[in-house]
Amino acid sequence: MAETPKIELRNVCKAFGKKVILDNLNLSIAEGESLVVIGGSGTGKSVMLKCILGLLKPESGEILIDGEDITNASSHKREQILLKTGMLFQYAALFDSLTVWENVAFGLIQAHGMKRKEAKDIAIKKLALVGLGPDLADKTPAELSVGMQKRVGLARAIAAEPEIIFFDEPTTGLDPIMGDVIDNLIRDCTQDLGATTLTISHDMESAQKIADRIALLYKGNVVWAGPAADIDTCGDPYVEQFVHGDVDGPIKLDILKP
Amino acid sequence: MEKNFLATIGRVFLSFMAAVGRIAIFTAHSLRHCIVPPYYLRLLGKQMMDIGYYSLPVVGMTALFTGMVLALQIYVGSSRFNAESAVATIVVIGLTRELAPVLSGLMIAGRVGAAIAAEIGTMRVTEQIDALVTLSTNPFKYLVAPRLIAGLVTLPFLVLIGDIIGVSGGFLVATEKLGFNASNYLNNTFEFLEIRDVVSGLIKASVFGFIVTLMGCYHGFNSTGGAQGVGKATTNAVVSSFVLILISDYFLTVLLID
Repeated sequence: MAETPKIELRNVCKAFGKKVILDNLNLSIAEGESLVVIGGSGTGKSVMLKCILGLLKPESGEILIDGEDITNASSHKREQILLKTGMLFQYAALFDSLTVWENVAFGLIQAHGMKRKEAKDIAIKKLALVGLGPDLADKTPAELSVGMQKRVGLARAIAAEPEIIFFDEPTTGLDPIMGDVIDNLIRDCTQDLGATTLTISHDMESAQKIADRIALLYKGNVVWAGPAADIDTCGDPYVEQFVHGDVDGPIKLDILKP
Repeated sequence: MEKNFLATIGRVFLSFMAAVGRIAIFTAHSLRHCIVPPYYLRLLGKQMMDIGYYSLPVVGMTALFTGMVLALQIYVGSSRFNAESAVATIVVIGLTRELAPVLSGLMIAGRVGAAIAAEIGTMRVTEQIDALVTLSTNPFKYLVAPRLIAGLVTLPFLVLIGDIIGVSGGFLVATEKLGFNASNYLNNTFEFLEIRDVVSGLIKASVFGFIVTLMGCYHGFNSTGGAQGVGKATTNAVVSSFVLILISDYFLTVLLID
């Protein structure tokens, strides 16, 4: 009998009205693994992530975290499961009414019941991990650049030392150098924690850098999954088309030809 | 043609009933989270300052001029049948039972309801509410409950202060401009005033405070899209607060009349 996967999606379906987004999606992530799900925009990557976090409820199928079903869990139970996770949002989603350190320490104070003084010390340590000095701690998120905000978001995601970390388009909207900085930080931080990570991205370079395994999503389903090292040599027509960014191939975009 | 017309009426009615249902569910959900721990006392304090203390100038100004104009108008009317002595009584009863709570409620809807809808709406569209969930913090407890409780508790205090300022305004106009004797006017003010006049106004104020904060939270929470969505949520919050305050005012008056 195989080990229980850290995260497992079984036959997950999600539709908005008539539009099917996830179509019998199956995916599993082993403990300590870094999986990057790639795919074009509108293929259901974000919806998949929101379903795993319980922000959206799939029509059918189940999502298990450590073997526990999160889709039908009570809100209290889901909060307990989510204590094990951290998430970096595409646009960082920092709380703009709070200072930088309060953002990083948010989970520690609110969900783990830590004292503010103690949490602030940890927050400053986490900020240092992502290369931000203690002088930034009392600033508000609006005073920071986008790259800095993203690093604060990363510090917030790892602050409570979660077992699972989700990354939503970690390099989108950043310059190539800052993108590389974020990739390295993700690599280092998750390896230090030994965390399982699920990243959704369409940035191939970033994906190859942080992934152990890559899955390609198309029309709500995984069309290819394999080790990150194999992606250039696998010969799968879907992967070939996506990696090279060709217009022609099995992946059809809903673009009306002029 | 007639069929189309009937279909339109039906559609409007159905969407109206759907909205009522959604608001009812939202209200039930919010109330449950007001009661069930954990409580965010720090946030409750902040909201009480925002909704209560910082609304004092607006409410005070409204009450002052309402009291002043009321004294003037009632004097004009009552002098036609030699009933000038009723001015003080009508001013104090009109203010405490009706004008102070309703006008304060409307001012708070403009000041606080709009701000709540805009803030929560922006948090929704920038994924800050999703971020709360991923940090195992229930957004109803963290965002909605403190605002609802603050609205419910602080409005009566605001209106009580408004009552005092409004009556003083009436007193000022009556004695300085209309030539009333100060001690006679004060005697007339309190002679026919009953405790329940004041209390019924305070109960109304509490209900209006609840309506305003609830509408702000509801529309903010359900805003979609970007800046336009937040703008629409803000407008809807203010308009629906106004309408609900005016409608509920009549029914509360019927309920509280004896």
